[in-house]
Amino acid sequence: MVSPLADTSIGTGYDLSNSVFSPDGRNFQVEYAVKAVENGGTAVGIRCKDGVVLALEKLVTSRLLKAGANKRISTIDRNIGVVSSGLLPDGRHFVSRARDEAASWRSMYKAPIPSSALANRMGSYVQAYTLYSSVRPFGVTAIVAGWDSEAELPVDGQVGAGPKVGSGGKKEGQKHGGPFLYMIEPSGLYWGYYGAATGKGRQIAKSELEKLNLADGELSLEEGVKEAARIIYVAHDDNKDKEFELEMTWISSLSGPTKGRHEEVPKELREEAEKLAKKSLDDDEDEEEEKMEE
Amino acid sequence: MNHLPQAWGRPRDDVYGAYDHSHFQTSGPIQHTQSPIVTGTSVVAAKFKDGVVIAADNLASYGSLARFTDVKRLRKFNDQVVVGFGGDVSDMQYLDRLLNSLDIRENYSSSETALNAKNLHTYLAKVMYKRRSDFNPLWNHLLIAGLDGEDKPFLASADLLGTTFTSPTLATGFGAHLAQPILRRTLPDDASVEDVDQETAVKLVKEAMKVLFYRDARSMDRYSIAVITKTGVELHEDEKLENQSWQFAEQIRGYGTQVN
Repeated sequence: MVSPLADTSIGTGYDLSNSVFSPDGRNFQVEYAVKAVENGGTAVGIRCKDGVVLALEKLVTSRLLKAGANKRISTIDRNIGVVSSGLLPDGRHFVSRARDEAASWRSMYKAPIPSSALANRMGSYVQAYTLYSSVRPFGVTAIVAGWDSEAELPVDGQVGAGPKVGSGGKKEGQKHGGPFLYMIEPSGLYWGYYGAATGKGRQIAKSELEKLNLADGELSLEEGVKEAARIIYVAHDDNKDKEFELEMTWISSLSGPTKGRHEEVPKELREEAEKLAKKSLDDDEDEEEEKMEE
Repeated sequence: MNHLPQAWGRPRDDVYGAYDHSHFQTSGPIQHTQSPIVTGTSVVAAKFKDGVVIAADNLASYGSLARFTDVKRLRKFNDQVVVGFGGDVSDMQYLDRLLNSLDIRENYSSSETALNAKNLHTYLAKVMYKRRSDFNPLWNHLLIAGLDGEDKPFLASADLLGTTFTSPTLATGFGAHLAQPILRRTLPDDASVEDVDQETAVKLVKEAMKVLFYRDARSMDRYSIAVITKTGVELHEDEKLENQSWQFAEQIRGYGTQVN
């Protein structure tokens, strides 16, 4: 008898334990974790000229939940935020670990953790969960957004300025900090991105992100907020999921609206972005109808 | 010398008598701070009808040496609280980091209400009391200035013993002796706070800072001053004492240049 799974390597036994390779070099448990992510609400991150935006399609699972409560985008340190898609408890554990990493970095180095260092540490942490049979991989893909201060930061607890002359290894005119965006997958793989998307609507979201030419570094933060809202609306599948809430946070430069801090996008701006998103959806539908008529 | 390793390198018992093993101890009992090392002097604060003024000079002394002259001893916690630190500077830095981590944890979720001065005073007083109960005090005297839960002016102190105190005017260290009586002339009781406006309170605190500079040998003429009101915190960290007059110094008898 031919097994219904005969044409795949699934069901050959190599997918039953974590950390075990199949003969063709795959770790099935990790691939199944990716499947868990593919069922989560769409999450998007955009790295703009003067800040970073995170947006999330928070699917409403019950009418008994209070609107606007139960936030899913978390603050890690003052200047870093994380949004994840996939298994919610795994996402919360990820956030808890990231906060511990940020705090331990602060106690060790008396300075905020750079976004790149946090992404690196969280990448290593997630990867460790692919190595042992006693654990399972993270069922989330997390998008980490940060603004590393462009100003010279004092050491935590510093009370004076120190000598004004002498060595210090400082280079005149050196540029520091800026916007950062990373995405960490269940395998532990992480890359830095101009725009990142994960969850159900990631394919549509990614193709929309590509249209923004983010690599040029021209998109402003406020435009980014509007684009992020629009992309979440475009990626939302009305047929499968009826209702969702749009959750958005941002981090601007020190001179911008959040002064380098990770904060919720103000209600007025979010609502305006949602209005524009809905309008652009309606316009697209009208255009399609016109084409049909032709 | 004999074959026993513990005797090697030691004075011979037969020559010097039995070896006193108390000299060989590498660790003694745990010893905690017995006295502060680098210190900041007075912090002065006064309430007025819309808020609180607080000031401290920018000096950190190492004994009688004026060691660091640009030390910021007022710390803004948020838009409605400033903490002023007197006493040990390294303990102040520890508390600064503690407040940093508290603030970060407090902002994990965006809540409607931030910690106010009253909350922070409760917290810091408990930290100070915990540490003195461990016989390991944080060698500071803190003034917590800002607004309470009802946006009313709030001013209270917490010291290294965990003692708490509140009053319309407060001063730590030398200022408790010298500045407090001057401040009380304008603000004798809670009721008088309503009659004092911001300008008067700022002038009063600046006057107190000046008197402290005249008489406190561990003080400096550069200082920080903060005003906390509903509109936020206005913090200046490099102020200079103005209109000093040292004429009174000529009248001083009994110490200094004129001994009699």
